[in-house]
Amino acid sequence: MPNFMISLEVKSLAKSFGFRKVFEGINFSLGEKESLVITGKNGSGKSTLLKILAGLLRPSKGEVNINLDSQIKNRGERRKLISFASPDLSLYDELTALENLEFLAKVQGLDFKPDELNKKLDEAGLKGRGEDQVLSYSSGMKQRLKYLFALLNEPKILLLDEPGNNLDEPGLFLLDNIIAEQKKRGILVLATNDKREIKYGDKILNLDQQGFSFIS
Amino acid sequence: MGTKSSTWTSRVSALFLKDFKSELRTRYSLNALVMFAVITLTVVSFSIGMFSLSSKIKSSLFWIVIFFSAMSGLAQVFIKEEEAKTSTLLKLVASPESIFAGKLLYNLVLLLFLEIVIVPLFVIMLGFSILNFWLFLCVLVLGSLGLVCATTIIAAIVAKASVKGALFAVLSFPILLPLLVTVISGTNLASEGASFSQGLRDLQILFSYAVVMFVASFLLFDFVWEE
Repeated sequence: MPNFMISLEVKSLAKSFGFRKVFEGINFSLGEKESLVITGKNGSGKSTLLKILAGLLRPSKGEVNINLDSQIKNRGERRKLISFASPDLSLYDELTALENLEFLAKVQGLDFKPDELNKKLDEAGLKGRGEDQVLSYSSGMKQRLKYLFALLNEPKILLLDEPGNNLDEPGLFLLDNIIAEQKKRGILVLATNDKREIKYGDKILNLDQQGFSFIS
Repeated sequence: MGTKSSTWTSRVSALFLKDFKSELRTRYSLNALVMFAVITLTVVSFSIGMFSLSSKIKSSLFWIVIFFSAMSGLAQVFIKEEEAKTSTLLKLVASPESIFAGKLLYNLVLLLFLEIVIVPLFVIMLGFSILNFWLFLCVLVLGSLGLVCATTIIAAIVAKASVKGALFAVLSFPILLPLLVTVISGTNLASEGASFSQGLRDLQILFSYAVVMFVASFLLFDFVWEE
């Protein structure tokens, strides 16, 4: 992807499910090579906020703008710029890891050769398991595969929900590398309460604090 | 990063092939469709026994078997994405238009496969004669197209509902009623050996129904698929 300047702008964002208010009045903006960690107790809306940023949920109020070279991108264009990985995300269990990646690449308009995908699987610590159905994968292996999916389009904005979930030590090392790469490439937003992961952010948004204090 | 070469059609075919491969491994819809069709046909055949039925009644029974078999299988195309929690993944990677087109194509192939199984069985078990085969084929293909266009969007609506069971058939019936009346009439004409020009009116209605349902479903899908 050409090296365009990207920014993520959130204005007066609020979300309610029926009468239950999850959060309101969220404002922030992130530029190239910036990272944000969203923290807060269970039910504070961390995952909901990430889903809104990913375009999976509509906000009740406010807006999320993604600007690429000062041009606001529409929903279809956003899909090419954003990637999202979360414990909630499920891959196709009945397909092999390689088939999952081939499908997810093709449907995004990306053309990878099987050798290239196999190489990626090797790098993610899934060597020799590409032809196995995802059904037979452990939760940690599925998590690694989700990262491979999220990085297929070399996203300008990477959204990660509880990224260290289910990962062993080598998996956490892989996560360190993914995050370091993303910080060079574009914007990183992650939701977590894990102290180890909070250090990944340049900025922290705590959803528990009244007025949603924004700590730099 | 991989090169960007794929067109809209190759994205739709990727979605279709994914569903096809998935179906071959899980038999999520295929077993339900074929078993329902064969059992219904057998029950109908035994109930009729030695009675001689008119071609109009046989045409009606033929489409009743197709309708209820379709109801048992075609909704799965979206329900299985919701149940396996893979719909979020699809939303992230594909446009609503390509998802709808891929699912529609998959349902059409599934229904045409079902008809390849049902038609010879119906002809043998119920002694159903088709005197104008080409008219019958046109009615079957256009009827299936209309049926699939309507049921695919209804399947998307039903997949979001908490009570999925009977909702699909209940929602589909009023929408499919004009289609069912026309396909039964067209099949009856083909069975009695009517000429192509005599069946033209039914074919025109079926074609119009399929076009209207396709356009309406295509436009509506975006709203149904989103949150």
